[in-house]
Amino acid sequence: MNEKKEKGGFFKRLKDGLSKTHKAVIKRVDEITCGKRVINDDLLDNLEEILITSDIGAVTVQRLMEKIRWKVNRKELKIPEKIHNALKDEIFSILSNHQQTLQADTLQKPFTILTVGVNGTGKTTTIAKMANIFISQGHSVLLAAADTFRAAATEQLEIWADRVGCKVIKHRQGADPSAVAFDALKSAQAKGIDVLIIDTAGRLHTKAPLMDEIKKVSRIIGRELDGAPHETLLVLDATTGQNAISQAKMFKQAINISGLALTKLDGTAKGGVIVGISETMQIPIRYIGVGEKIDDLREFNPKEFADALFEN
Amino acid sequence: MLEVLSNGFNKAKDRFAGRVELTEANIDDALKDIRLSLLEADVNFSVVKDFIHDVKEKALGVIVDTRVSHKSQKLKTTPGEHFINICHQELVTLMGPVDVDISFASKPPSTIMLIGLQGCGKTTTAGKIAGFLSKKNKTPLLVAADTYRPAAVEQLQVIGNSLSIPVFSEKEMSPPAICSKAIEHARSTGHDVVILDTAGRLAIDDSLMNELETIAANTRPDNIFLVCDAMIGQDAVKTAVEFDRRLDLSGFILTKLDGDARGGAALSIKKITGKPIKFLCTGESFDRIEEFRPDGLASRILGFGDVVGLMQDFEQVIDEKKAEKDAARMLKGQFTLLDFLEQIQSIKKMGPLQDIVEKIPFFSQMAGNVAVDERELVKIESLINSMTHKERVNPDVIKESRKKRIASGSGRTPREVSEVLKKFNTMRKMMKNMGKSGLLSKISGGLSNIPGLGGGADPGDIMGNNLPAASRKFPKPLSTSEKRKIKSKRKKAKKARKNSRKK
Repeated sequence: MNEKKEKGGFFKRLKDGLSKTHKAVIKRVDEITCGKRVINDDLLDNLEEILITSDIGAVTVQRLMEKIRWKVNRKELKIPEKIHNALKDEIFSILSNHQQTLQADTLQKPFTILTVGVNGTGKTTTIAKMANIFISQGHSVLLAAADTFRAAATEQLEIWADRVGCKVIKHRQGADPSAVAFDALKSAQAKGIDVLIIDTAGRLHTKAPLMDEIKKVSRIIGRELDGAPHETLLVLDATTGQNAISQAKMFKQAINISGLALTKLDGTAKGGVIVGISETMQIPIRYIGVGEKIDDLREFNPKEFADALFEN
Repeated sequence: MLEVLSNGFNKAKDRFAGRVELTEANIDDALKDIRLSLLEADVNFSVVKDFIHDVKEKALGVIVDTRVSHKSQKLKTTPGEHFINICHQELVTLMGPVDVDISFASKPPSTIMLIGLQGCGKTTTAGKIAGFLSKKNKTPLLVAADTYRPAAVEQLQVIGNSLSIPVFSEKEMSPPAICSKAIEHARSTGHDVVILDTAGRLAIDDSLMNELETIAANTRPDNIFLVCDAMIGQDAVKTAVEFDRRLDLSGFILTKLDGDARGGAALSIKKITGKPIKFLCTGESFDRIEEFRPDGLASRILGFGDVVGLMQDFEQVIDEKKAEKDAARMLKGQFTLLDFLEQIQSIKKMGPLQDIVEKIPFFSQMAGNVAVDERELVKIESLINSMTHKERVNPDVIKESRKKRIASGSGRTPREVSEVLKKFNTMRKMMKNMGKSGLLSKISGGLSNIPGLGGGADPGDIMGNNLPAASRKFPKPLSTSEKRKIKSKRKKAKKARKNSRKK
């Protein structure tokens, strides 16, 4: 009962969060399609504009529009109002292509998650929310404060850990992040912890030395534990525009990104970039963040996402 | 930064190869390229539309005179260059006029309030501005008004400590109360600028936006700056407009420009809100903040490189006479490993290498998307340090055995020595060619203008903004005496060749 209620509460929040997106995209699609008799070039141009202003990205938009145009030419799409559904199907199929949720496989303890991303995308907050999810699933969780660069990053993680009820392994500021990760892994192994989540400093994907640093962290964990990190999660900010694709590409080049988390979907940012990334990167989207509270992190569900996006 | 934008413009320019007139047909293709590249750069859709419209109107029907005379010098130009010039001017107009002033109250303390979305870099920027102001002999006070995010106060305290700037914080107090109290505190302790670091918030979060309005009403800040992530997408405009509507911003600060974000937001925000962009932040250390210059940004977008910015960096680390000498030597193609070493050392003082490379005209195009690795410099430096003076002045004497010695001296392999020498030779050749074609004379022209720059001369002069379109590429050709020298050199060489043939 209680759980159901909570779920409903969450779904409502997700919808609230996405309603901006929804209003922005769908209302406008409806505005331009409503009352039109035929689909002409003007209408399609307007549609393209709407998609682009949702951050979906010029390349993906071009692909989407090609499909729509193809359907129009083959007379499959004749009624302007139907464009709405056609678009929804297209976006859903892009999003669901590579979708897979993150399951902590605790056969080989600890299941190690390395969290990376550029500055200010919400890595630390996302880690706290993830820890909360794993703890509620009955796993034991340990956090590693490997962001030794930014001022007070460790303190931020500690406050969160306190709130969700888990321990943090830390070094002093300026320490080698690989050393922190190493210590945390050893500690997790000794204590038989199920899930280890490593927080790293925000780094711009264009800085070679910083990317080497993260490679080293990943290498060290891999050396100490076979198959680790089991998940390398790239945290992306939904307000980011097309640069998110470049971030995903460069991080994937440096270390093998196995999942994405998209944060800050509760703002006016339309999250359209998720479509572009799914399209170009073929990496599953694990989580979306829709608020600042501890339970505002949700497993990404393309159907739910597309529904909330397109529901009237 | 901005190189994808630049690539689009270069592609557009190439479309004019061999054309003389800017017609509807050949403009349309180029405009399409520019449109796509601006959209990919996250420039707001409606801004792109207007921009394309304006450029088209200005360019249409223009018959380009390929030979233009400027100051009694005949210069050549191409329609592509002309078209790019139109784009450049449009971009500058779009992002100008420049207003990078911080308002100071007649009766201190003055207040600077920083606001923005979560994670855009407010706290770091607060530290940077405090550092920037204390260099200008102000005594700033940082105020930790972010009571929401865990450890935000500690973060500001650490930053304040490292800059030796005091931080005001209060526990168990609401942000508006903290801000009001901080200003009282500043007044009594004699701080002349108060910097309020507020919590990140969404523009649609009504209660948090109300809180900002309360702070603004209580403290009447002299400056309210919206801090904006350069990577922000199409949403930038909406966020900026909403913050501006509720708080009447005095300007914007763009952060994280050291990535490959194309900074399209800068264009959109300026155009839609009409409020100026004040500062650009380009790195994680606290001195990476610079005042905004639209012509620099516009030039970078067009692939011209940011000569003015480069000069300002140069100015900080090099004494101008030496810089002028260096440029002159480069121009003549007399470039030795000693210069190379000196340049590497001064470049290292200037900051992250990638930033510098992007500012060098045309270099961003040549380098393409290759990431420049800082450590490469260390390698080159160690190799050159292991050479004898003779080898440094005349690298051509370095053969196998010398290579071996240099390699063991610097802890590298002979192959690495060869690689560096090869790079050096390409560079020398490139510089010689650039000197010949006049491209590099632009740099030397800029360098000789350094004193003027410091004196507040219009940087536009250096970019050639006030010159006719044609002269952009060749603003400072060789002087007559230099030409004479080259001529006599060539004559001598010709004679020598003749003589050798006779023998």
